[in-house]
Amino acid sequence: MVHTRVEVQQQTEVGDALVRGLVRAQLGLALRLAALVFGAMAAVALINSAFPELAAVTVWGIRLNWLILGVAVYPLMYGVGRLYVRLAEQAERDFISVVDEDADPDGDGDGDGEP
Amino acid sequence: MNTALTAGALIAAAVATVAVGVYGLRPARTTSDFLVASRTVPPRLNAAAISGEYLSAASFLGVAGLIAKYGADALWYPVGFTAGYLALLLFVAAPLRRSGAYTVPDFAEFRLGSHRLRRVAMVVVVTICALYLVPQYQGAGLTLKTVLGLPVWIGPLAVGGIVVINVVAGGMRSVTFVQAFQYWLKLTAIAVPALALLAMAGPHRAELGGPLPPTVPQQTTVHIETDVVISVGDPAGVTVSGTVDGQPVQDSPLPGPGQHSLAAGTTVLLAEGAQTPVIEGAPATGSAWIRSGGGLGGQHPLYQVLSIMVATFLGAMGLPHVLVRFYTNPDGRAARRTALAVIALLSLFYLFPTLLGAFARLYVPQLLMTGRADAAVLLLPSAITGTAGQLIGALVAAGALAAFLATSSGLLVTVAGAVSTDLLRGRVRDFRLAAVVGGVLPIPLALAASSFELSRGVGLVFAVAASTLCPLLVLGIWWRGLTSAGAVAGLAVGAASTAVATLLTVTGWIGADVLGGWPATVVGYPAAVTVPLAFATMVVVSRLTCATVPQDVSRIFARMHLPERLGMGVERLPRD
Repeated sequence: MVHTRVEVQQQTEVGDALVRGLVRAQLGLALRLAALVFGAMAAVALINSAFPELAAVTVWGIRLNWLILGVAVYPLMYGVGRLYVRLAEQAERDFISVVDEDADPDGDGDGDGEP
Repeated sequence: MNTALTAGALIAAAVATVAVGVYGLRPARTTSDFLVASRTVPPRLNAAAISGEYLSAASFLGVAGLIAKYGADALWYPVGFTAGYLALLLFVAAPLRRSGAYTVPDFAEFRLGSHRLRRVAMVVVVTICALYLVPQYQGAGLTLKTVLGLPVWIGPLAVGGIVVINVVAGGMRSVTFVQAFQYWLKLTAIAVPALALLAMAGPHRAELGGPLPPTVPQQTTVHIETDVVISVGDPAGVTVSGTVDGQPVQDSPLPGPGQHSLAAGTTVLLAEGAQTPVIEGAPATGSAWIRSGGGLGGQHPLYQVLSIMVATFLGAMGLPHVLVRFYTNPDGRAARRTALAVIALLSLFYLFPTLLGAFARLYVPQLLMTGRADAAVLLLPSAITGTAGQLIGALVAAGALAAFLATSSGLLVTVAGAVSTDLLRGRVRDFRLAAVVGGVLPIPLALAASSFELSRGVGLVFAVAASTLCPLLVLGIWWRGLTSAGAVAGLAVGAASTAVATLLTVTGWIGADVLGGWPATVVGYPAAVTVPLAFATMVVVSRLTCATVPQDVSRIFARMHLPERLGMGVERLPRD
């Protein structure tokens, strides 16, 4: 019987490796999403600075640069945040299912083998 | 402006604040109630409280003023203020909550087991809070002066008094309800005038999307209260009495386009349709205002924008009064959901200051030449005629007061929490003592210190936060190699470098044109330099002292990153 949950709780080598894997996955997810959003924003700043004539472009009577920075970036940030919450919680559920796999003989959810 | 109505609205906002605080106070008894509201605040309530606390006067008044003055590039402030919570959600929220700490210094000790680091972190926390609290008090003084004509010392005294009462009575538990209430009050107070002006604009609405040249709609008299340098695009219709470029003049036209200095006490008369001169550094024409890439006064606009991005994206992660609110959530999952809800609430709020900034150019452009663009939101309702305008004016004044109260109470809870648990013995009595001292001490400071633009001042606080507590948290949460010596060195370098930059900006010792303007621009917008410097110091010094990495770092990481269900977490509390 493999008591994976106990291994994690008692910081054995196997348990520590599992924790390292989870931390690395969560950090990778956060870094990828951060690069996406903040890269896009830096690009907006650089493009605006390099091509000031873009200021003349209008959409629905409003200048494009104002529409992007005043309105459009906010739903983008919320959307990415929402995606992160979903994926991060998914990663944690996956971790728990790996750890609790056949390590919960008494079925009371704590995996210590005692009812 | 109807003084009685405005005074009534302000008193109502103050009474409601104390009343809501009393409602939250009933169950506040233990130290845990006072420090972290017993960790029972659900995500939605906490998100409203965080947004209420975070939307300080700089957001409520300052952002619209900056947009009116500098145009497209000022939009980066509200974007960055919101994006800070995305960064906080991605890198800090859940692990910070799971650490089980109750203050930021406590997190430092939990992570690195060093009492010295805890003390250093406490000093940084108190410094950031004090830097933030003083402008709030000053802003309250200026607001009461603008809307009621009261002497400036009444504002700090009133805000300080109300905040101390709430914090002393119920600590974090009272303050949570107060701040959540104030978010909704502020949202109403900024949305109603923006929507009313939009409805009223009618025929002007088409102009809103275009370049708005700052021309006055009717004959206007402007009194200059502090010495200013203005740049004049078109001098037609502008007459001046007082001192221009050091020469006394009486009812004479301006000498011509270009820059002129006006001494305090000068009066400027703008004929109907005349173009308002604007303060030096701001775009003088409508087409320059609407274009991106003009910066916020001074040279090297692209660097300014990038540095503002660094400071605001990373600064929210380093604001101790925001961080401490995440300790009040029941678990890490709730902390994540809180941060996400904050992004939604801030996105909704920041639509309106942008609108008001554009309206300020349409209706009160004379503010652009006085250096008091912060007052735009307060004065805009006067453009709405009749009783509606007076009611909206009173509502806006109440919203501004709510902004000062919510932010100040969050800062005071944080100071009291850190000081009472680190310098005193951490009992409820100690918390109350620390709250009284921490709330009263900044009052004389606010009156003595010279005031400068609200959002500029808050921008510097963000730079300090991004260069000190942000690297401590990010590296502490994600990098096992961090040592306490590295953390102390990084905090010291980050704090010292931003302090030097702030000092040089406030005193103006560096000329604007030295070495192509780079030194002046960098000290004005230090984050792009000081944040990487602080991160690098922490990493390098930690590498050099890698023998002192805490031995139980694996256990600490497991606690911070594993879901609570696995039963690794321990809630920390001050020993008592």
